[in-house]
Amino acid sequence: MDGGGARSVSPVPVLAAKGISKRFGAVQALTRVDFEVYAGEVVALVGDNGAGKSTLIKCIAGAHHPDEGEIFVEGQEVKIHTPADATRLGIETVYQDLALCDNLDVVANMFLGRERAEPRGLGPLDELGMEKRSLDVLESLDVTTIRSVRTPVASLSGGQRQSVAISRAVMWNSKLVILDEPTAALGVAQTAQVLALIKRLRDQGLGVVVITHNIQEVFEVADRIIVLRLGRRVATFEQRKATPEDVVGAIMGAAPRAA
Amino acid sequence: MASAPEATPLEEAAQAIRAGGPAAALRALGSAGWQRFRSGELGASPVVVALLGIFVFFQTKESVFLSARNLSNLVLQISVTGTIAVGIVLVLLLGEIDLSVGSVMILASALIGDALVTHGWAWYWGILLALAAGTAIGAVQGFWFAVIGVPSFVVTLAGLLGWQGVQQHVLGSTGTINVFDSHISAIANSFLPHVWGWIVAIAAAGLYAASRLLEAARRRRAALPAPPVVVVVVRTALVAAVALVSVAILNGEFENIWVFGTYSSGIPTASVILVGLVVFFAWVTTRTKFGRYVFATGGNAEAARRAGINIATIRIAVFALSGLLASIAGLIQTSRLAAASLAINPGQVTLEAIAAAVIGGTSLFGGRGSVWSALLGALVIGSVANGLDLIGQGPDVKLIVEGLILLAAVTVDAIARRGRAAAGRV
Repeated sequence: MDGGGARSVSPVPVLAAKGISKRFGAVQALTRVDFEVYAGEVVALVGDNGAGKSTLIKCIAGAHHPDEGEIFVEGQEVKIHTPADATRLGIETVYQDLALCDNLDVVANMFLGRERAEPRGLGPLDELGMEKRSLDVLESLDVTTIRSVRTPVASLSGGQRQSVAISRAVMWNSKLVILDEPTAALGVAQTAQVLALIKRLRDQGLGVVVITHNIQEVFEVADRIIVLRLGRRVATFEQRKATPEDVVGAIMGAAPRAA
Repeated sequence: MASAPEATPLEEAAQAIRAGGPAAALRALGSAGWQRFRSGELGASPVVVALLGIFVFFQTKESVFLSARNLSNLVLQISVTGTIAVGIVLVLLLGEIDLSVGSVMILASALIGDALVTHGWAWYWGILLALAAGTAIGAVQGFWFAVIGVPSFVVTLAGLLGWQGVQQHVLGSTGTINVFDSHISAIANSFLPHVWGWIVAIAAAGLYAASRLLEAARRRRAALPAPPVVVVVVRTALVAAVALVSVAILNGEFENIWVFGTYSSGIPTASVILVGLVVFFAWVTTRTKFGRYVFATGGNAEAARRAGINIATIRIAVFALSGLLASIAGLIQTSRLAAASLAINPGQVTLEAIAAAVIGGTSLFGGRGSVWSALLGALVIGSVANGLDLIGQGPDVKLIVEGLILLAAVTVDAIARRGRAAAGRV
């Protein structure tokens, strides 16, 4: 299944933001931005520093509250006031600084804050069940390089850590995963690992948003490319019909070419 | 996907026995141990080695050191420091510090004395008052740190000074309240009946063995990597041996054998309380959600917060527990002295408990350690103090040696941390 195919199957976007504006004091960070992600596609959100990428993502993830605009999840209007609201709606965000506990093992990190412990969270942890589920999730995402899920994540490589963070985000019936510069600190082989993982998320029918500065990567994983410039959405490209020059031009403020 | 849990040296040895006999097993054990040493995953091994060294040293200097009577004395002596150190371990796991524990301990003691002697309360109300006060003090200090945002070092330093003042106020001009209540006195001056000592030790060893074997069986059934049966058996046999031999020595079963001498009073009740608290909190920290959140908060508070953990609640709860454990120590102290007294220096009590936790192997940097380190570290400090007493050294030498041991322990921690960094384990 590829992005274009999935889109024609489900015409209602898994997430749609309409007319989002956000102002910080004198700075207009976002001006009436529309944004939509369909199930089973990877959207690359690109733009220069200060274009409003992070602000837009934080409005969707519940970290910021937009001044204006509406957000729809699968066609239903929703209010997202806190990160917990976003999580409940199936929107997971993996920030650049991973938010893993280095001293805990892979299983403990994947279940952090959502441990299984009967009865009512007061009894002993269900380590066995959690370990099995972690293995299943990693296997279903084809994350094969982690030797043991009982090693502390501190001993994992950057790519493995990113894989754990992403796997954790998608194991809770999430519909949309937002990845903030997922390959920023990684080497070549590890970047390839993470990009392959992103494609598998798409193949499993999730909507994926990737913020990145790397145009080559954009063309490797994204189905659609949305360009922000100075707080406005200035261009949208179908990956297959665009060239890197088009995208860079839009980022730099050359004549916009809306899709 | 290969998913064996980090093989322990014992497991690797067991695998090597199957592959190439005992010689290969020894080699595997040695190289696995060296690997762990190099990568900074030392666990409790350095402190156990240090403890054995201390035992051998003092036994060669003074033949009564390992006598049953002296060992009984030793485990009683460490009950106060050890109990406080359990709370300190919890606070250190958070990556914080609690300097107030010494003052909370002496205040709890003064409150018991005041309630029982001055106001004629029943012993149980006195105990309840002291424990409630300790818990409340801890919770307030935790609140001040977690919610108001004052560093725990400063909040609890203020506590160290302030609660000592409150204690002096409660004790009044005489400076000492003698507490002769028989129930209070029993805490540090009674012994577990011999048969109960056996029942507790056998039940504990049996439960431990059963839970280990059951867990290994369940893992195997779930097709998860499980430790080999040999390893589980060796490990549980070691635990059972330590428990049963301890009880046998203190119950006088080895009377007049080797160095044990004549003694048959049994296990001091205060030591049973300490070991019980250690076992309970070891379980809480490693097997429950709360314990997992303590480790997570100490490892990466921001990650814990983003995962939806209420880190303020966790922090307040841990400081409350630290206060509760300090007040339990106050109870034991009152019982040992049969008095609440101005004579105890709360600063030294605090620092000794912190030293015990760190010597036992709990990291000062948060997120790494075990409640067992409270017991092991208290045993190290207690053995050194006890042994130096026996060979006639004064408090001057004791303080110097204690300082050196603490420095050595923190150095091991710092070097292990560097080793972890080199092995990519930060």
